[in-house]
Amino acid sequence: MSHHDQYRKLKSTFMSVLAVFCALLVVLPLILVFFYLLKMGFSSLNLNFFTKVPTAAGENGGGMANAIVGTLELMGLALIMGVPLGLLGGIFLSEHGSERTNGWIRFGADVLNGVPSIVWGMACYTLVVVPMGGYSAFAGGLALSFIMVPLVLRTTEEVLVLVPHAYREAGLALGIPHWKITVNIVLRTAFKGIVTGVLLGLGRVAGETAPILFTALGSTSWNHSLKEPIAALPIQIYYYAISPFEDQNRQAWAGALVLIVIVFLLSTSVRMISNRRKRA
Amino acid sequence: MITASNPSLPATAADLPEPKRWGDRLFKTITFLSAAMVGVGFLLVAYVLIQGAWPAIKLYGWSFLSNTHWNPVTDNYGALPFIVGTLVTSLIALLIAVPLSVGTAIFLTDLAPLWMRQPLTSVIEMLAAVPSVIWGLWGLFVLMPWLHDVPYTWLNKHFSFIPLFAGPIEGSGACILTAGIIVAIMILPIVTSVSREILRSVPDLQREAAYGLGATRWEVTRIAVLSYARRGLMGAAVLGLGRALGETMAVTMVVGNSPKIHASLLQPGWTLASVIANQFGEASGEIQRSVLYEIGLVLVGVTILVNIGALILIKSIETPGSRRT
Amino acid sequence: MSDQAKSVADSSPSAPTPAPQPGSASPASMPSAKAEVAFDIQDLSIFYGKTQAIKNVHLQIPAMSVTAIIGPSGCGKSTALRALNRMHELTPGARHTGKILMKGEDLYGPHVDATVVRRRVGMVFQKSNPFPTLSISENVLVGLRLNGVRDKAFLNQRLEESLRMSALWDEVKDSLNRPGTSLSGGQQQRLCIARALAVRPEILLMDEPCSALDPIATAKVEELIHALKSQYTVVIVTHNMQQAARVSENTAFFYMGSLIEFGPTEQIFMNPKNPQTEAYVSGRFG
Ligand SMILES: Nc1ncnc2c1ncn2[C@@H]1O[C@H](COP(=O)(O)OP(=O)(O)O)[C@@H](O)[C@H]1O
Ligand SMILES: [Mg+2]
Repeated sequence: MSHHDQYRKLKSTFMSVLAVFCALLVVLPLILVFFYLLKMGFSSLNLNFFTKVPTAAGENGGGMANAIVGTLELMGLALIMGVPLGLLGGIFLSEHGSERTNGWIRFGADVLNGVPSIVWGMACYTLVVVPMGGYSAFAGGLALSFIMVPLVLRTTEEVLVLVPHAYREAGLALGIPHWKITVNIVLRTAFKGIVTGVLLGLGRVAGETAPILFTALGSTSWNHSLKEPIAALPIQIYYYAISPFEDQNRQAWAGALVLIVIVFLLSTSVRMISNRRKRA
Repeated sequence: MITASNPSLPATAADLPEPKRWGDRLFKTITFLSAAMVGVGFLLVAYVLIQGAWPAIKLYGWSFLSNTHWNPVTDNYGALPFIVGTLVTSLIALLIAVPLSVGTAIFLTDLAPLWMRQPLTSVIEMLAAVPSVIWGLWGLFVLMPWLHDVPYTWLNKHFSFIPLFAGPIEGSGACILTAGIIVAIMILPIVTSVSREILRSVPDLQREAAYGLGATRWEVTRIAVLSYARRGLMGAAVLGLGRALGETMAVTMVVGNSPKIHASLLQPGWTLASVIANQFGEASGEIQRSVLYEIGLVLVGVTILVNIGALILIKSIETPGSRRT
Repeated sequence: MSDQAKSVADSSPSAPTPAPQPGSASPASMPSAKAEVAFDIQDLSIFYGKTQAIKNVHLQIPAMSVTAIIGPSGCGKSTALRALNRMHELTPGARHTGKILMKGEDLYGPHVDATVVRRRVGMVFQKSNPFPTLSISENVLVGLRLNGVRDKAFLNQRLEESLRMSALWDEVKDSLNRPGTSLSGGQQQRLCIARALAVRPEILLMDEPCSALDPIATAKVEELIHALKSQYTVVIVTHNMQQAARVSENTAFFYMGSLIEFGPTEQIFMNPKNPQTEAYVSGRFG
């Protein structure tokens, strides 16, 4: 073997090692963030955290009960307002639109997906908060639903086009109107895939902070109305993280742990659904 | 006539109830209007931002983009510190994230043993799911103090003659470089997963041909894979840039929030998105709010352009219907 | 006439039912002259974009009998069949010229609803396609239910009738709530036939219904087709000439989009008038 060949071999090995090193470096932050979330968050979790609302600044104790519920409430609002639009839009792409309109709509959805989420906060501040005269849970939910629409639209289209054309033909050949086939057969066949897409979207908006910062605003008490500001975990984590009080810093870690558990529960259920789909 | 009559128990197909002719048309219209909301989304953003920014645009004109001052007391506002801060943090993030992501993508498609690929892909998906505010929290309490105590202090001690690493360093470690590192971590998953899709779309024929010529593993990757996928990988990087430009919460928490332009990466700065997050809610007065709308306008304009560029680059390889989130 | 063609026309010994006696069923000349006409196809041409798949076809398909469409792959059999229940309209870029009359009525008339046409002209596809999310009984009844029929007793009665007609009742009567896709390939295809029959169409179109089935399942479906023709007009596309000979009274031979020859099945196979037909049925091409 010539020196040159040896050099080539060596270089190849070196590059492979480098690639492994890259992969390790990519995994490292996740391990570190998990380690600290468990270390700092777990020790700060207690019953109060889940049952109490925040205390006045500087006082120890209190919890994030209202923020946990508020985050779930905001997710529910985003679901109610965002999913129908995204779902119907995805149906249009897969069942009706022409190649050209579809190209534009897909492109638009992808570009919207890349718009910084804080911009949706500004939009809802202008369109809802200012006219309604105050921050509100509704405005926060709306901002989150803006983020969900393009996500749900794209995933819905992707799973609907996977439904074999033969089922649509079979339905049409029975003289069933197209829309009834879409609703009763195509959507039903793709149901799990659609749920997956919705859960992924929810997982994304659960942790969003910027769009709700000046729409939902956050709150230290329980929310009683869609027209009032509402607490949310990400907002509470943010303010407690930058707070000068150590007890609040501690609770920020606890809140982060709870938030990540919510997000991972969603993505784990996604994985379970899609695994079962693969096996079926 | 080929029509249907309407008895309740249809003896034959012709007796089935008449289909409602408007059913399909109505459904199609509703779904079309929903899909068209994508376009409405653009108009909405454009309307809100332009309308909100109008007073500031009239007041400052183009000089807003080159003005380096940010003084709420005298209402003297310029966007340049935020533009520079955004560009520099994003550039740092790309310099760190793109090589790591492409390396990981190569590992995932060509090197990793089969059993390892799925778990590693899951890990990358999990990384993508971690919310911005949690990266901010971790950056604030873990990464930033360490960066300050170890690498920044060392850099400042030995390399402060280079303007990029000039002191004095902030006691907290909040600076442009920290923000760049956090953003790098946050865009790793998307750049990796898009790169992986692109590498996977390289036909195996390409690889086999190169192996047939006696190329080593790295030569196959370099010649057959990377050169074939170059455009797409560039698209992945540009997509990462789009995300980096818009990262908000984590950056706000570690960048130092100072509207000054420094040559040194170890000095605090500010970005377009993070100044909005910081000041929009309690903007003092109409002018300041309008200025923040204009900053939003700049941010959206740049990210949309960058995203369009990325999509065009990726489209050249991508198979229809493959996912990007 | 070659020996091979003869052996093709003789009913194959494995066939469970006696082959039809085409000579006795219809006159030897124009088959449609006396029988009632189900479809009167007049100068039909069908285009996919610029390519013409069907070229100026004139054909009268008799009612209450089985008509086979044969021809080499790509000759336009499926296209012609799908024109009969307006399924070809679903292909983007497809258009047609000419006329198809169904019992004297223009299928493509301005006030005719394609969904109504498709209820009256049922279709069974090459690959069985029961709906995977529906049970066996839901699969059979889906055409009625989604077309607005609610009466439980009526639906149950129709379910049993349809499954009996497709010779599936005895095999599935105890598992009506299992998914339709849990059946074997041949059973799935008969389930699709039951599904098409449940709305009681007047005509049943079948596009190579047995090409994915094993010989035993094929025999069952052929038996079924045989039983159906007392009540239904059946048009079946097949590229299996033995099958055409076994199940049909009349046969149409298509080649490159044109109708080359149409006549009683026996005549097409034993005594074809056109040299191209002879070449095809004697196995020299296709
Ligand atoms: N969807 C389509 N788009 C374009 N051309 C088609 C389409 N379907 C069929 N064709 C063309 O029309 C001709 C007839 O096809 P088909 O009716 O499927 O033939 P057969 O069923 O006899 O095999 C073929 O040349 C085929 O390529
Ligand atoms: Mg065919």
